[in-house]
Amino acid sequence: MITIDSLTKKYGRTTVVDGVSFVARPGRVTGFLGPNGAGKSTTMRMVVGLTKPSSGSSTVAGRPFAELANPGREIGVMLDASAQHAGRTGREILTIVQQMLGLPGRRVEEMLDLVSLTPAEADRRVGNYSLGMRQRLGIATALIGNPGVLMLDEPANGLDPAGIRWMRDLLRDFADRGGTVLLSSHLLREVEVVADDIVMIGHGRVVCEGSKADLVRSLGTVARTDDTPALRRALHAAGVDTDVTDEGTVTTTAEPAHVGRVAFSAGIALTELRTADGGLEDMFLELTADTQREVTPSRKNRRERKAA
Amino acid sequence: MSTMAPPAYHPVHEQHEDQPGIPLARVVRVELRKMFNTRSGFWLIASLVILGVVATIGTILFAPDDQLTHNTFAAAIGFPMTIVLPIIAILAITGEWSQRTGLTTFTLVPDRRRVLLAKTVASVVVGVAAMLVALAVGVVGNLVGTAITGTDLVWDLSAAQFGTIVIGSLLCLLTGTMLGMVIRSSPGALVTYFVLTLVLPTVFGILATNQPDFVDVRPWVDAELARSFLFEGPPDGGEQWAQVAVTAGLWLVLPTLLGLRAVLRSEVK
Repeated sequence: MITIDSLTKKYGRTTVVDGVSFVARPGRVTGFLGPNGAGKSTTMRMVVGLTKPSSGSSTVAGRPFAELANPGREIGVMLDASAQHAGRTGREILTIVQQMLGLPGRRVEEMLDLVSLTPAEADRRVGNYSLGMRQRLGIATALIGNPGVLMLDEPANGLDPAGIRWMRDLLRDFADRGGTVLLSSHLLREVEVVADDIVMIGHGRVVCEGSKADLVRSLGTVARTDDTPALRRALHAAGVDTDVTDEGTVTTTAEPAHVGRVAFSAGIALTELRTADGGLEDMFLELTADTQREVTPSRKNRRERKAA
Repeated sequence: MSTMAPPAYHPVHEQHEDQPGIPLARVVRVELRKMFNTRSGFWLIASLVILGVVATIGTILFAPDDQLTHNTFAAAIGFPMTIVLPIIAILAITGEWSQRTGLTTFTLVPDRRRVLLAKTVASVVVGVAAMLVALAVGVVGNLVGTAITGTDLVWDLSAAQFGTIVIGSLLCLLTGTMLGMVIRSSPGALVTYFVLTLVLPTVFGILATNQPDFVDVRPWVDAELARSFLFEGPPDGGEQWAQVAVTAGLWLVLPTLLGLRAVLRSEVK
């Protein structure tokens, strides 16, 4: 378990992380989501003591990180797969960690097997590794101490589709066995597939937090019919508020099943019925829109229209 | 991965509640390994031995026959060491920042003081070992050299003198450790090291020639000069020892404390 309590980091007048609190629970994959520069990495660095928080605290496995006797056996950390001495071989890097943690030598081979680095690759210097190979080595380094908690910053960066699938399955399996996984990403798709819980961060603040199921549900429903006023009347009669979009669809906060039933009993034929557009992605873009460096013109217009 | 093989992780079954901590000796051992296991690290340490042998051969070839004594060999071998040892000590520290390995190191051992202590101990171990090798190479050089030239064997390196040479070399080495902590960047620390050992003594020298008053003050502020007392045989009397101690306090202990503070506060990125 990782518990983060009001972590704040200020550099002079700039607040990079602003009172971030959340819990990454055992048996679950927690996705830490936000655009670049939102404060994800700084938060993670504060958890493992590489950056000193301005205020707030955090614990790993119930204890402050600095009080863990042998932290590498409690939490596997990968903050930047490229932060390795280019002149060491992959095997040597694993051996250093194995010796520091006081683990049997066979763990090095076990980890190389686990992340599918061949003996020939393991004996090459990391300077010659592709980013994907570095990520695999980073995962091996994180798992070598057999920890109960994993904390990975952008682990899927540089992996090919097969590698992303492999990483996803591994994290899923780790959590299913009762482990805690906290992984960050600026790509919603990556997190959406594997995460049970999602914490969204923008401008250093948590903007939204909850289980993926809840977050999807809270988005509501989009329905389309040939007789829009009739559908709205039926829904209002059932106590459901509605809106009509420019495109002529009816949106509500109710669940699709409910909308479908109401329409059915009113004898209205629906031509379209689904959860609100784009799933989490729209929410992600909306919630973090202020912090996005790039705003697409259409989206910007829509927001300005809303504001007006 | 085959479904038959048990996975190499058991996040729940493994309970680490009463994990023993990491003993300092283990950190020292790992840090020693890290000094050798890169290509640059390996060749840097190998260069100590190579330079020692080259210096010995050079002494046999070029030194006047009557100077083929153990002392001459020791000096010839010791000189390259005082240059290479601090570089080794610098890189042992700065690599964590310049190569960004600190991200892993300080996550495995969160108490940065322990990492720095282990690195210092590891550097001193390498330094002392290198000096013993130099002593042995010097003995062989003296035996072989005098045998070739047919001159008398002269063993004029006393244990006390060897001792002060070791102390002087370790002061050089620890200056490297200090610079590593203060600057935390390989190129920056290396440049500063050469400024301290080459430029600064020259400045002090010029100052001493132009300001007669400075001549008496110089041994109390010029660390290079004070260290030379150690290399040229046991310092005579308490005053030279005091000068060694004062300059070491000024140029080594004080900045080390500042460097330690900086390392503990700095952000590892």
